[in-house]
Amino acid sequence: MANIVQFENVGLRYGTGPETLSDVSFTLTAGAFYFLTGASGAGKTSLLKLLYLAQRPSRGIIRLFGEDAVTLPRKRLPGFRRRIGVVFQDFRLVPHLSAYDNIALPLRVAGIPESDIEGPVREMLAWVGLAERANAKPPTLSGGEQQRIAIARAIIARPEILVADEPTGNVDPDMAERLLHLFGSLNRLGTTVVVATHDFHLLNRIPNAQMMRIDNGRLSDPTGSLRFPPRAPDDSE
Amino acid sequence: MARRQSPSHRLLDEGRRQRTMIAIMAIMVFLTVLAAAFGLGAARSARSLDADLAGRLTVQVVEADAARRDAAVEAILTKLRTDPDVARAAEVDRARLAELLRPWLGDAGLDAGVPMPAMIDIDLRNASDAAVGRVEAIAAAASTQTRVDRNASWLAPVRRFVTTLAMLAAALVLLMALATGAVVLLAARAGLDGHRSTIDILHMLGSTDVQVARLFQRRIAIDTLTGGLIGAIAAIVIAWLLQAQLAVLGSQILNGSALAPEDWALLALLPFLFALLAMVAARLSVLRALRSRL
Ligand SMILES: Nc1ncnc2c1ncn2[C@@H]1O[C@H](COP(=O)(O)OP(=O)(O)OP(=O)(O)O)[C@@H](O)[C@H]1O
Ligand SMILES: [Mg+2]
Repeated sequence: MANIVQFENVGLRYGTGPETLSDVSFTLTAGAFYFLTGASGAGKTSLLKLLYLAQRPSRGIIRLFGEDAVTLPRKRLPGFRRRIGVVFQDFRLVPHLSAYDNIALPLRVAGIPESDIEGPVREMLAWVGLAERANAKPPTLSGGEQQRIAIARAIIARPEILVADEPTGNVDPDMAERLLHLFGSLNRLGTTVVVATHDFHLLNRIPNAQMMRIDNGRLSDPTGSLRFPPRAPDDSE
Repeated sequence: MARRQSPSHRLLDEGRRQRTMIAIMAIMVFLTVLAAAFGLGAARSARSLDADLAGRLTVQVVEADAARRDAAVEAILTKLRTDPDVARAAEVDRARLAELLRPWLGDAGLDAGVPMPAMIDIDLRNASDAAVGRVEAIAAAASTQTRVDRNASWLAPVRRFVTTLAMLAAALVLLMALATGAVVLLAARAGLDGHRSTIDILHMLGSTDVQVARLFQRRIAIDTLTGGLIGAIAAIVIAWLLQAQLAVLGSQILNGSALAPEDWALLALLPFLFALLAMVAARLSVLRALRSRL
């Protein structure tokens, strides 16, 4: 299958500080499911930011959907971003919009007519178990509820890549498993999924998921490219 | 569903700031429309002065002897009527003249025994110096006791004053437009900062700069139009009342300043023009500011 993402010797430096990411090289296959793990501060969010085009690398090559993403002109960023769904570690919900409107946002940005928005949004709300809270504003929602809104928003537009940064950090284990199941369903429909997580319990929940581990800004695979074998569905626990 | 009222309006959450913007725009457009009304009035009176006076001359024959006076008038009129540049030449009706002079002379002005100057009103077809010179020559040939007044020359200072007023008003309107643009730029900048996180989210979800700018330009245009209509209506009512008061004064120059329907239409158009200006200013400033963001 085609490489949907390709990093080659990517380095990232915030300002004049030390390199947060160094020599990061890997490829992601379209339609696969990846976990990204690593200690807090290792650089998971930084790596994902490069992936969802919120940050340009200081060096190296990034190819997205077969195109050079580093020199991508500003004008073309929106088109690329619409193909990527993101669950931000800090949710980034619009606080004065209702849960419903937050979830509807990607569809509205994409210019989908209002009449085609309500159905999918209601469906998403039901999927994440928040049908009753459609009109609630994020500040009145619990952390876990906000996280689920963020997830619903990330997947409503059926992105080609889903990038989720600690998407289960604020929910109970049952809900975490349910959300992961949701990602799995999306993945089966063809979306490439990348989930950064600390939660090792989740890693085995997705059969055939692949793992990337980041330590101190470096991918721990010494060859620099992702060659973790697919995990068997039940080889641990 | 209650939510169906245009969702993008709620994307930028503003309350107090919006009311401030509407109030500022109401004041700006109020002042602009007033200034424009003065300017248009001044321009109208300048035009009516021009129309009245451009080709108008008055010949005074101040001969003391009535017979010689009348003969001179007759001679002047005869020659003038053959002059191609003269559209009309007529002696001012003696009775009317006396009527005009009555406040100064009393009823004596009506007494044929009292020497009275004769006056000839002349409308020129074109007010060239050569034509005026010919009239002067004709008058001088008929009598030494004549004087030719160009009405335009004694009204020239008035005309200049009126022109200055009109230009001043135009400058005011321009300055107000500039200030409005500046206010809009500031508002747009403040809005960009205030909504930074929302805009970042929109960008991350794939919004284009134009989409983001549209949110601002629409909001600012609506605020400007709301405030502008309030200000314009207030200013137009005031201008209208002023004009009604002027009409009562019955002064010819001031009456010439009465606004025509197209002037009123222009005044009513101003809030819309300002809303358009605000929209463009907002769009440009937002697009410019966004260019530096990823
Ligand atoms: N905008 C920034 N400016 C400067 N330094 C940053 C910035 N963002 C992250 N860093 C630094 O980069 C390093 C990696 O941060 P990152 O957020 O990528 O870690 P992480 O693996 O996502 O951690 P966590 O599991 O806690 O979310 C940290 O040392 C952090 O301080
Ligand atoms: Mg992180």
